[in-house]
Amino acid sequence: MNLEPALEAFFAEADELLTRMEESLLQLESEPDNNELINDIFRAAHTIKGTAGVFGFDDVVHFTHEVESVLDRVRDGQMIVSNDVIGLLLRNKDHIGVLVHAMADKRELDAAQRAEGDAQMAALLALLGKQPDQPSASAVVSAPAGVSRSEAAIEDSCENGNWHLSIRFGADVLRSGMDPTSFLRYLRTLGDIVHLDTLVDALPSWLEFDPESCYLGFEIDFRSEASKAEIEGVFEFVRDESVLHIIPPYSQVSEYISVLRALPEDDMKLGEMLVLSGALTRSELERGLSLQSGAAAAATGGTDTEAPATSQQIGEILIEGGAVSAGVVDAALAKQKQVKDTKAQEARSLRIDADKLDQLIELVGELVVASAGVQNVAQMLAQGQLTEASEVLTRLVEEVRDRALSLRMVQIGATFQRFQRVVRDVSRELGKDIELQVSGGETDLDKTVVERIGDPLMHLIRNSMDHGIETTDVRLAAGKPARAKVMLNAYHEAGGVVIDVADDGGGLNRDKILRKAIERGLVAEDVQLSEREIDRLIFAPGFSTADQISNLSGRGVGMDVVRRDIEALRGTVDIETEPGKGTRIRIRLPLTLAIIDGFRVGIDKASFVLPVDMIVECVELAGSIRDAARTRGYLDMRGEVLPLLWLREAFDMDSSAPERRENVVVVQFGQTKAGIVVDQLMGEHQTVIRPLGKLFSALRGVSGSTILGSGEIALILDVAGLMKMAGSAGATAAGITEMQGQTSRHAAAPA
Amino acid sequence: MNSRQALALAVVDEDDSAAEQQQQYLTFRLGDESYALGLLSVKEIIEYGGVTQVPMMPGFVRGVINLRGRVVPVIDLANRLRSESAAVTRRTCIVIVEVTNDGEAQDMGIIVDAVSQVVDIPPQSVEPGPSFGAKVRADFIAGMGKLDDGFVIMLDIDRVLAGEDMVAVNDMKAAG
Repeated sequence: MNLEPALEAFFAEADELLTRMEESLLQLESEPDNNELINDIFRAAHTIKGTAGVFGFDDVVHFTHEVESVLDRVRDGQMIVSNDVIGLLLRNKDHIGVLVHAMADKRELDAAQRAEGDAQMAALLALLGKQPDQPSASAVVSAPAGVSRSEAAIEDSCENGNWHLSIRFGADVLRSGMDPTSFLRYLRTLGDIVHLDTLVDALPSWLEFDPESCYLGFEIDFRSEASKAEIEGVFEFVRDESVLHIIPPYSQVSEYISVLRALPEDDMKLGEMLVLSGALTRSELERGLSLQSGAAAAATGGTDTEAPATSQQIGEILIEGGAVSAGVVDAALAKQKQVKDTKAQEARSLRIDADKLDQLIELVGELVVASAGVQNVAQMLAQGQLTEASEVLTRLVEEVRDRALSLRMVQIGATFQRFQRVVRDVSRELGKDIELQVSGGETDLDKTVVERIGDPLMHLIRNSMDHGIETTDVRLAAGKPARAKVMLNAYHEAGGVVIDVADDGGGLNRDKILRKAIERGLVAEDVQLSEREIDRLIFAPGFSTADQISNLSGRGVGMDVVRRDIEALRGTVDIETEPGKGTRIRIRLPLTLAIIDGFRVGIDKASFVLPVDMIVECVELAGSIRDAARTRGYLDMRGEVLPLLWLREAFDMDSSAPERRENVVVVQFGQTKAGIVVDQLMGEHQTVIRPLGKLFSALRGVSGSTILGSGEIALILDVAGLMKMAGSAGATAAGITEMQGQTSRHAAAPA
Repeated sequence: MNSRQALALAVVDEDDSAAEQQQQYLTFRLGDESYALGLLSVKEIIEYGGVTQVPMMPGFVRGVINLRGRVVPVIDLANRLRSESAAVTRRTCIVIVEVTNDGEAQDMGIIVDAVSQVVDIPPQSVEPGPSFGAKVRADFIAGMGKLDDGFVIMLDIDRVLAGEDMVAVNDMKAAG
């Protein structure tokens, strides 16, 4: 029997549940009275415990059980939700995660993890043990028992204090990866199995026997403090396909009888079994059976058909049984509702293998190229109908492209939410009072980008908290509120996404940055730097202002890595700071990594593509202006100095410049503008980005390639890289000195 | 488990024919010299054309071509082997080969003056390459194959196209 798929589903589910648990816990901190949240957390813990039990992960069950007990106490209002409790529960959640992952990797916990688990366990028990005789934990449980006991005075009830469970597993239980014995194993975590009979009556003759089908049934006498819902929960995974009857302790005999009737096996046999197991005494059984048959006989006397009368009788008895535990009915209703809700959600969304999606997008990419090819041909042939048809095709393909790309889009909110926990923990660690404000979580972003932006954001947030935000004393002295804010915001802007990480801390200390940079040899002592340039120094490799290296940051690897990570996503990072007021780090990212709107330019016969969203305008370069620009290396753009980069020279191409005129494409990158000088402008094209491969990994100024409609390959220019080549600041742009040597004749430093 | 066994069986089956194929070589001309390339690494041979230059690359990187929607780098083999550039003629071809770089298979194109034929070179006809004196770097030579009309230089194509110095040269060029 192969349990692997079920196991994998369990691990994935556990991760999701733990994440939800964490979110709810964090939210609970600010809304301690929100019962819905507590229920949510409880449900998550309970489901993990239940599933872990099915797979026999006793450690997880054991630990989660105690967590659940605490939660139960909280739910009943017996325990106040203090920050300490939430802190402990958060750590518990982490430990459950550790336990589950250990199971997933089939390894043992290491000593530290085990010690952490023991410590948490002790803390949990201490929490629970403070009121050792509390009624709460068993209050729920004893309620139905109490009711039935009071009824016992009036009605005929048996003397048995144990639960009685009748389970007949469905034939497909084994096929769906469940092992009946594991349910029993898990059941034992809730109490003791006093007596168990295995029923094999359902076994067919050997000829019809299917070894993959389950024919088993159990009659179990069970001693436990658990509630009916909890016991039912044990069998949650087979509940639909199996027949399960649970009879609470001290129930009426008639209830046993009605169960006997409802089951396929022979009444007397089961009855004997019950007597044998001690669930019923013989006299109780006989009295019950005669009562039933007497009632049936009476009913037969009244009406002519026996069957409906009997079933009615059983139904009545069942209702009586139901009346005993109204709470169980409520729980069942709630459960049904929950199931319905998740079903509705399933209908709205669909899980798809990411690879399949990538293949689709790759194909759509080729479709875009092919349709561009058709359009090219149509234009060449200048045949009316064909042109029209190709226009329609292009429009549709573009729509398909947009839709396909949107499939990969996910909201960034989930990533943002993760940081609530980080901020909470780190602020404790630092002894600062910091809250995280999140907005724009609904902003859509390519899945790959979302996955890869997590680490840089984490660095930035930690950095803000560690370096940006002052200690509480300093804040109060400066007349700021004691509680500091770190803000995360995301929004769409000009074909891209902007993510802001801002704090209301002390801002960057430029003197200190400059001093440290000189100390570390990142800048020469006599160099005059603008404020912006100083700010940007924090992104230089090996830079750190921290006097002490803290646990969090200060090793001088962070910001440099952040910048590189973001640039690898074809994004940019900018910094704005105001002393005493705070710092804002602005990350700009492209919406997607796969397809861009490209603008094609030509030099001689070669063509290059620039991302359209970086282009501001195009101007002609001819006549005397051209000569002047040639000698000066910049262009007077309506009173603004626009540094120029001659692509032909930058790329060392051996063709000569055209006689009459060239064109300047004005690009903007972050705050800087520059002009790229090319021969011809060839217009806008859909561009599917294809990586150039390892061989070209060290190549600057080119970010990839694309296949044009004609089948030719055009290189996609990396504007940021080109600007660095043209810029004078070589401090951060290592390894392009030769390029600068070639281009410095024409490229002036950006203002 | 079954599929794995099946795979293992398939590999065993292939081994017989692979041993045969390993003796087969594609010979081609580059300048006045004949070279041989293990047939197993050759994927296809196409007409020269449609090469897009990539700027700022060392001379032996001619550029990239579009091979049915894939972007494949093209290496000027004459330049790589002997630091001389061959003129493009009517018979110039691009041989697409699969090379392994850090355990990663990659397709690359190499420019040759003319493709000659597929020959069998049994192991006993392979002589060790000259340790000096040849125009080609010694570590690129897998051996000298003895044919009826003289020797061919058998290339270690993984070395030629994926050696560390390929990227290293590239870095140096970019770093100036």
